[in-house]
Amino acid sequence: MRKRRLAACLAVPLAVSLLATGCGGGDSGPPADTVTVEWGEPENPLVPGNTTEANGSNVMDALFAGLVKYSPDDASVHNEMAESITPSPDHRLYTIKIKPGWTFHDGTPVTAESFVKAWNYTAYGPNGQQGGSFFEQVKGYDELNPEEPGAVPRTKELSGLKVVDPTTFTVELKTPLTIFPTMLGYGPFYPLPERFFADPKGFEQHPIGNGPFKFESRTPNESLTVSRYDAFRGPDKPKVPKVQFKVYDELDTAYEDLVSGNLDFIRQVPVSALAGGIWHTDLGRGAQEKPGLLTQNIAFPLYDKRFQNPDLRKAISMAIDRPTITRQIFAGSRTPADGWVAPSVDGYVPNQCGEYCTYNPRKAKELLAKAGGFQGTLQIISNGDGGHAEWSEAVASSIRQTLGIDVRFTPTPTFSEFRRQANAREFSGMFRTGWIADYPSIESFLTQLYRTGASSNDYEYSNPAFDAALDRANAAPSIPEANRRYAEAEKILAQDMPVIPLWSQPVQAGLSERLADAKATPFRKLDLTSVTLKPQHP
Amino acid sequence: MGRYVLRRLLQLIPVFIGTTFIIYALVWAVPGDPFAGKCGERSCPPSYVAEMTARYHLDEPLIVQYFKYLGQLFTGNFGETYAGVQIGDLIANAYPTTVRLAVVALLIEGVIGVAAGILTGLRGKGFLDSLVLISTLFLISLPVFVTGFVLKVWLGTELGLIKTSVGSDPSIGELLVPGFVLGSLSMAYVARLTRTSLMENKRADYVRTATAKGLKQNRVVGVHLLRNSLIPVVTFLGTDLGALMGGAIVTEGVFNIRGIGGLVYKAILTKEGMTVTGIVTLLVLVYLLMNLLVDVLYAVLDPRIRYD
Repeated sequence: MRKRRLAACLAVPLAVSLLATGCGGGDSGPPADTVTVEWGEPENPLVPGNTTEANGSNVMDALFAGLVKYSPDDASVHNEMAESITPSPDHRLYTIKIKPGWTFHDGTPVTAESFVKAWNYTAYGPNGQQGGSFFEQVKGYDELNPEEPGAVPRTKELSGLKVVDPTTFTVELKTPLTIFPTMLGYGPFYPLPERFFADPKGFEQHPIGNGPFKFESRTPNESLTVSRYDAFRGPDKPKVPKVQFKVYDELDTAYEDLVSGNLDFIRQVPVSALAGGIWHTDLGRGAQEKPGLLTQNIAFPLYDKRFQNPDLRKAISMAIDRPTITRQIFAGSRTPADGWVAPSVDGYVPNQCGEYCTYNPRKAKELLAKAGGFQGTLQIISNGDGGHAEWSEAVASSIRQTLGIDVRFTPTPTFSEFRRQANAREFSGMFRTGWIADYPSIESFLTQLYRTGASSNDYEYSNPAFDAALDRANAAPSIPEANRRYAEAEKILAQDMPVIPLWSQPVQAGLSERLADAKATPFRKLDLTSVTLKPQHP
Repeated sequence: MGRYVLRRLLQLIPVFIGTTFIIYALVWAVPGDPFAGKCGERSCPPSYVAEMTARYHLDEPLIVQYFKYLGQLFTGNFGETYAGVQIGDLIANAYPTTVRLAVVALLIEGVIGVAAGILTGLRGKGFLDSLVLISTLFLISLPVFVTGFVLKVWLGTELGLIKTSVGSDPSIGELLVPGFVLGSLSMAYVARLTRTSLMENKRADYVRTATAKGLKQNRVVGVHLLRNSLIPVVTFLGTDLGALMGGAIVTEGVFNIRGIGGLVYKAILTKEGMTVTGIVTLLVLVYLLMNLLVDVLYAVLDPRIRYD
């Protein structure tokens, strides 16, 4: 009997100690004036220069204001913090004047120095910032990022940046770049307060920006809350007191939450709700759709000698029935591509790809025969964790049926493994490439993807004529003229077909009944300053 | 008894070192480069990769990395993710939710399962017995994500009785439906296990003796029959609690519960090796303690079992 009592004495505290952590907890719904929006855990510390992915940069856009801002409606560019951005006649030297009187959330003023120091920090190689490469056009970038591994740069500052007075600085570029001002609204170009340089680690825990909202609190992997910054000087004042970003792992769950009123905004509607237009019925006026700056392509590994013949590449492109696939897989919510840039981007010219992006079984077979056929299995490689399986299968079967060759969809387990193979140039078949423009210019779809040796040219495409065409466009006297010349460069891609354009993706967002307005940007982010609550929910 | 428990606790040390090493080695054996997918569709700047590799000691041999990690762990530091978040914070946020969900699920499966088992086990064949048999068969045949999704859409979206997702730091009330979903499969097993065990023991000699010597029916069932019949059920519930404490990837995903299951799943996908190792080590310890708890409970239920 004594033994049993002892056992009980042991068992009870053991059980209690294990369960104790589970007790307590209460209802934790946010207060009525807090707007909750769908979000995902950011992949990097919350520093603008180190943030390029969608979740982190959505928060950065709320906390910071750049020199220019992209309109949430059509991504047109207008000055935000910049008073003026004046190019030299050759578009190599820019004089940037900022508006005085702006402050960071800790009360310190935003000066020319705040920009120059932030840009130097981001561009300095040893700091290892993800956004560093966006400064490669600036004079002095190469000195901060020596080629040989382990080398320590001799200087810590970009020689192309000079502070003239507290509200003026100049940027000297390596080569002319007419569209440079358009780039300046992108995250890595945001200014940083002195507090950051004193204590970067503390800053990551509590970012301080100059934007319409200030950081309130964050529970990692659960939520992040920002609140209105009353001293914000920009034209678009925030209209709601608080916004909570809520982490969801499943888009479908976020959608269910939106429909049943537990969430106010989603940036993306799951495919299950697109089918048959269910989301229009569910959300009514809360269903928001606009052209986006997102494209979906499949690329050829041009480092593989089986894919050297442009006729083969064109044959495969012409064997894909884009309209049918977009209708059947995406319920018509994708636009079949007719070129390499999204249709809504500044500088888009229709039908750049022409007949080579039009489904034409007869011509496709002819071109394949002319190219000498294709031996073996043609693989279509995509990451298995991103919802790409369905359309990849459909594209594979379209090519198989049209050309009569063996085509197979080959998934890689994760996105990171997919990217590793892309970086290591290990693909032995066609692979998926998707692109969201960083800034609203046709150039954002061309230079980084197709220029020889560019950062996202994973297919090793190289055509001196294309590079020369880009150079001509970069040095154009005006932005419309630059756009025209970029479009000429795009036309060259139609002859080479290094990448097959499939379709572009509109932005489909959802609003709850509580909201009077909230705008998803063409970059598929939420523009926080546009969020307005309906009056009956004060 | 005391020495037995002490011995079992001491055994945790080699198991702890062994598991951490195996998990650590396994995580790094998974193909993929943690920084390959970090910059979206573009490859990360070489300076970024170099800086991150150095900061997380990824360029050193596995064994050196492991001992550095272990040393850190002994100072109570779980390390940080590649996004600069303390892993200790992540676990501290997620674990209470997981434990709460596990307890709710265990209570539901224990109470409903045992009750259904006792009712059918004592009465034998009849309408109730058939009803329980069929409904448990139905629950066993349904995958958890179907049960979860159907209940969520029906009770949440259609009827509006529950929230379709669970907030951070959820209350027990919010966790009832997810707990039911999570525990439904085991509940069916518990009901069947209890029923079979009772049926078998009902005809045992000691029950006949107890009835023959004139004990009240309540005492025969409550003290003699149930106590003997519940040993297999306790074994099952104990190991199940260990498993539930390890998080429930599917249920957490369906109801957006910010628990340990989703955390470790995402960490594996993104090759956050340190997060995986930290959590899994913790889970192994919890599982071992749960097993110890079950073993100790045996002695309470059955006086014939002794540990000295």
